[in-house]
Amino acid sequence: MELISPLDIAKRFLLAVQDYTFLSLRAVGNLFRKPLYMADLVQQSDFIGVGSLPIVMLTGMFTGIVLALNTSKTLEQFGSLSLTGQLVSFSMVRELGPVLTSLMVAGRNASGMASELGSMKVTEQIDAMRALGTDPYKKLVTPRVTATVFMMFFLTIISDLVGLVGGWIISFGMLGLNSYQYWNSAYQVLKYNDVITGLVKPLVFGFIIATVGCYYGMTTKGGTQGVGRSTTQAVVWASVLILATDAVLTQLFITLR
Amino acid sequence: MSSFDDGAPDTVHKAIIFEDVSISFDDLQVLEGVSFELKRGETKIVLGIAGSGKSTILKLCLGLLKPDSGHIYVLGHDITTMSEEDLFDLRSKVGIVFQESALFDSLNVRDNVAFRLMEEHLPEAEIERRVRESLSFVELEEAIEKLPSELSGGMRRRVGIARAIITHPEVLLYDSPTGGLDPITSTTIIELIMKQRDVYKTSALLVSHRLQDGFTLASHYFDPVTRHMRPTNGVPLREIHTRFMILREGKVIFEGTAPELGKVTDPYIKEYIS
Repeated sequence: MELISPLDIAKRFLLAVQDYTFLSLRAVGNLFRKPLYMADLVQQSDFIGVGSLPIVMLTGMFTGIVLALNTSKTLEQFGSLSLTGQLVSFSMVRELGPVLTSLMVAGRNASGMASELGSMKVTEQIDAMRALGTDPYKKLVTPRVTATVFMMFFLTIISDLVGLVGGWIISFGMLGLNSYQYWNSAYQVLKYNDVITGLVKPLVFGFIIATVGCYYGMTTKGGTQGVGRSTTQAVVWASVLILATDAVLTQLFITLR
Repeated sequence: MSSFDDGAPDTVHKAIIFEDVSISFDDLQVLEGVSFELKRGETKIVLGIAGSGKSTILKLCLGLLKPDSGHIYVLGHDITTMSEEDLFDLRSKVGIVFQESALFDSLNVRDNVAFRLMEEHLPEAEIERRVRESLSFVELEEAIEKLPSELSGGMRRRVGIARAIITHPEVLLYDSPTGGLDPITSTTIIELIMKQRDVYKTSALLVSHRLQDGFTLASHYFDPVTRHMRPTNGVPLREIHTRFMILREGKVIFEGTAPELGKVTDPYIKEYIS
């Protein structure tokens, strides 16, 4: 096996960061240059948004159920079972809704983008597109990034709502809590800052998912084995970046409170 | 005679000019000081073993790769100094047939062939007419609704040719157009390339590792009456304008006509053509 020097590793990392930044800037810059490929944008929005809906709803529902079950055990000890709605709502809207939805969408779509674009790269379809006078960043990358950012916003709202419904099912069905009490406490606990935090995070995470997926797709080398490698790396790096960015954003919004 | 008598490239007579072009990938020097010219109306067969830099030359001609040094003039433009955005316009005058066809696998034959026209938002009727014209040239009109996965290797290559010629380009680039095909299908493809050369007089660079493709092109002409190729029988009855270029380890080691290639004394070339 060939040994790689630490200097070469550092060089490759810096080059990858440079290429990723370049791709991200081009994806955003292309929004202000014609053509806009609206048909591709609608198609990607359907695939990413509508296609991810079942898995996002299932994740949200079970997260809400588990949150209600776990918190109720602790709250019961302090005689504060009525706070279940507050805890489910606060956790879903601020943290678990955006993060879990993003991780699910990353697993489904970052891999999809990396494998689709990667296959096009290794079969010279990307070169063919350039040779035919079309900018692949404009036609392939920008619609995917725009669609993911746009749809992540709505997917997270749906996930939050379904999670709250999951929590209500447990609170009302198993814990015997009053429905009005659950929904009222869930609503009252949320401050303006919590809602903003929960709605800004998915926009950033959506951008990460699409740019990382497209970056690994567009830089795929080495045939079908390379496509497999790109797909795996896209999911791993998108997930890691989502969690790392979540930590930074959480601290930032706490400071801004 | 130099192409640069007054410092400017002779773009009236030359479609492509390579001037001392070098390119390397990582530590591998792929092309080193390559210089050649493709005259307008000429077909140049680029030969060489795998890894000699043949396909890289075609990608450089389209600006898909940038050379480390040297200049490349395509239809009068120094593409080494052009931005990607400016190259998109120039590429409409240069068609390419990729080694494995590189058809868009999610689009049917019609949309693959019409891709560039659809991007230019031409009227639907105009697109339909030109797609049928291109597919008729490669005798594949019946496959218009099929997906690339439903086509044979030879059919995919013919769709690739139809896609490349739909804008009536001034230069055509063929990357191993007969690679991986059986002899009968290979002859069909070579006949199509010959038809394009003799009917439309398009300048072409044809990369191949199959010597017989080059000799067939150099020794036959397309007869529009019988719609088949015919041998010239060694008599220069027609202006075929087909020359050869051989690459070895990223350098041009031969450039000339078929008779000149037959007379070389270089042992490497003699072994290559034997």
